Amino acid sequence: MNDLSVRVYTPESKLKNPRVLFQSMWHDLLESRELAWRLLVRDISAQYRQSILGIVWAFIPPAFLAAGLLMARSANVINIGETDLPYAAYVMLSMVLWQTFTESLMAPITALQQSKAMLAKINFPREALILAKVGEVLFNFTIKLILVIGLFVWFQLNIGWTILLAPFALLTLIAFGFFLGALLAPLGALYNDISKGLTVITGFWLFLTPVVYPPPTAGIFGLIVNLNPVTHLLVTTRELATAVPVSHLTGFLVSMLITWTGLLLAWVTLRIAMPFVIERMSA
Amino acid sequence: MSDEILIDVENVSKKFCRNLKRSLWYGVKDIGRELIGRSCQSGDLREGEFWAVKDVSFQVRRGECLGLIGRNGAGKTTLLRMLNGLIKPDQGKITMRGRVGALIALGAGFNPVLTGRENIYAAGAVLGLTTREIDTKYNDIVEFAEMEEFMETPVQNYSSGMQMRLGFAVATALEPDILILDEVLAVGDASFRQKSLHRVSGLLSKAGVVFVSHNASDLLRICSQGIFLENGHVKSFDKIEKSLHHYNEAAQFETNKQVRIFRDGLFFKRNKKCSLNKKIYRFGEKLHLAFTYKAEQDFYECLLVLTFSKKGSYVLQSYEFVSFKKGIGNLLLEIGRVDLSSGSYGLSLTVMEDRGKKTVATWLGFDEIKVSGKDGYGISNQAPMSIEITNENF
Repeated sequence: MNDLSVRVYTPESKLKNPRVLFQSMWHDLLESRELAWRLLVRDISAQYRQSILGIVWAFIPPAFLAAGLLMARSANVINIGETDLPYAAYVMLSMVLWQTFTESLMAPITALQQSKAMLAKINFPREALILAKVGEVLFNFTIKLILVIGLFVWFQLNIGWTILLAPFALLTLIAFGFFLGALLAPLGALYNDISKGLTVITGFWLFLTPVVYPPPTAGIFGLIVNLNPVTHLLVTTRELATAVPVSHLTGFLVSMLITWTGLLLAWVTLRIAMPFVIERMSA
Repeated sequence: MSDEILIDVENVSKKFCRNLKRSLWYGVKDIGRELIGRSCQSGDLREGEFWAVKDVSFQVRRGECLGLIGRNGAGKTTLLRMLNGLIKPDQGKITMRGRVGALIALGAGFNPVLTGRENIYAAGAVLGLTTREIDTKYNDIVEFAEMEEFMETPVQNYSSGMQMRLGFAVATALEPDILILDEVLAVGDASFRQKSLHRVSGLLSKAGVVFVSHNASDLLRICSQGIFLENGHVKSFDKIEKSLHHYNEAAQFETNKQVRIFRDGLFFKRNKKCSLNKKIYRFGEKLHLAFTYKAEQDFYECLLVLTFSKKGSYVLQSYEFVSFKKGIGNLLLEIGRVDLSSGSYGLSLTVMEDRGKKTVATWLGFDEIKVSGKDGYGISNQAPMSIEITNENF
C-alpha cells in the first residue's frame, strides 16, 4: 500500500520550497480538468435553464449600446472621431471584447463567492473553479461570436490571414482580466469593498479604453489611454480580426509579457492565500 | 496493514481571532507574510487572539476510529478542517496518507435548478470522483438513495430529506482511506438511518476514521480511542470510555455552574454570615441553609423546592409551602436528614406559585456540599424540611 498519496500540512510558507509548490500547482491543474468541466457544465446549464431569451442576452448589451451611441453621434450630441470600421460595427465589436475582458476580471471573485459553502467544507483543487470560469468566459464569447460573424457579413468587413492570430490576442486579453481578478480575489473574498470597487472602476475604465471612440494619439488623455494595457490588447485583437494594420505592436508585446508573468504570480498568490481566506469565510 | 498510520498529527496548534474586523486584517497580513516566504510559525498570540487548538497530537491507523469529544467551541471542527487541509496549522505538522473523504456538508455543490442526475456528477466531481468512477457507481448511488424516479427532477423540488439522502449516497460512494465524520452518521427517516449506518460501518473498517459527535452511544459503538478537547487543549486521550467519562465529569462540573432566574420580583441571596452554613456533612445529619430574600410584592402559598443533584440528575428533594411578604427578610431552611452517600452534590432552589404552576424564582447550583464518612441507606428520595421565615418590612 505504498501508492497512497501523502499530504503534509505545516505552518511553513509554501514559497520556501518553490519546486514542490510548482509541482503541486501543475499536478492540481491537471487533476482539476475533469472537475472544472463538470462545474462548467453545471453552471452553464443552470444559467440557461431559467431563461426564455437564453443566449439572446449575450447580444442585447452591445447592440443597445451601439444603437444609443449611433443615435447620439448622428445627432451630433457627441463628437467622436472617424473609426477604421463603420461606427456601429466598431462599437459592437469593441463592446464584445470589452465585455469579455470585464467578465474575466470579475470571474475569479465571483467564483470564490459562489462557491463559499463548498470551499469552506470540501478540499478540492481550487484551480478547478478558475478553470471553469475561463471556460464560461470562452463559452459566452463563442455565443457572442454569432453577433460578430453577423457584423462581418452585414458590414462586409475585410478578413485577412491575421484573423488566425486574433484568438491568441483575445486569449491574452482574457488572461489579463484573470490575472487582475485572481490577484484581487483573496482580498475580495475577505472584504466586499473589492467587488463593489471593481464595478465602479470598470465603469470608469471603459472610458479609458478605445471602445466607443478611436484610439487617441495625442494629449494627456492619449497618454493615459496608452498606459492602459487593455487598450493594446483590445485594439490589437480588433485590428487582427478585421485585417487593419496593427498599430499598437510594442504596447501589445509589453502588455502580453505583463499578462502571462502576472497570471503565474496571481495563481501562486491565490493558492497561498486560500487557506487564510477559507479560515475567515465560515467564521 | 493495521500498522499503517494514515493520520499523523504532531503538536498541532491553531489560533483564531474573535473580532471579525481584526481577524480579516490579520488574514491580509498573514497572506502578505506567506507571499514573501516568511512562515508564521510563531507561538505568540497577537492582540485578540486565542488558541482554538493547542498542542494536539495523535495517530490513526487503518481500521481505527478516533472520537473527538468536547463542548461546542472546544476546537473539534477546527481540528477537522486542518486535517482536511482547508486551513493551515499555526504550529506542528499533519501528515495524511491516502484519499480523504468527509461526511460534512452533504449536498454541497448541488445546484437547485439542475436535475438529480446532473447534480450527482457535479457533486461527485467536487468530492474527487472521476467521471468514470461516477459512471460505474451511478446506479448504486441512485438505488441507495431510493430515488430512481426522481433523477430527472430538479433538486429544488426534492424534500430536504431527499436532498440529504442523495448527498449522503454520493458522499459515501467514495472509498476513502481516511474518513472524517462531523456529527453525521446517518440521515433520513428511521429505516433510511439504519441503511446509512450500515453503509458507514462498511467504510469504517477499511479506513482511518476521525469522528466528532456528542452522541455517547454512537461514539462507544464505533470508536476505539477518544480525545476529549477543552478550549483547544487535550484533556484526555485514552480509550473512548475513559475519555467520555472525563468529558461527562467535566460536563457535570459545568452543570454545577450557577443559573439564576429571578424575573418575577422575588430575589434570593445566601446569608453567608449565618453560622449554620456548612460544607461537609455526614450521612443522616441535619442541614441548614440561610438566605436573605427580597420580594417586590406578596407571594402567597409558594411551593419551595430544594434539590440535591449528582452529575446533573436529582437524588434528593425537599419541599414545603411558604409565603413571602413584600419586603426583605431572612429564610432559614432546615433539612431533617441528609440521607446521601458520600460524594459531592449540587444544590438548587426553586420557588413556584399557584400550586406549582408558575415558577417565580430558580437558582440552580447555588452551592455544593460534600458528604463523607460512613454510608447508609436512604429510605426515600424525599427529605423532611422545615422553613423559618422572618420579615423586615421596607
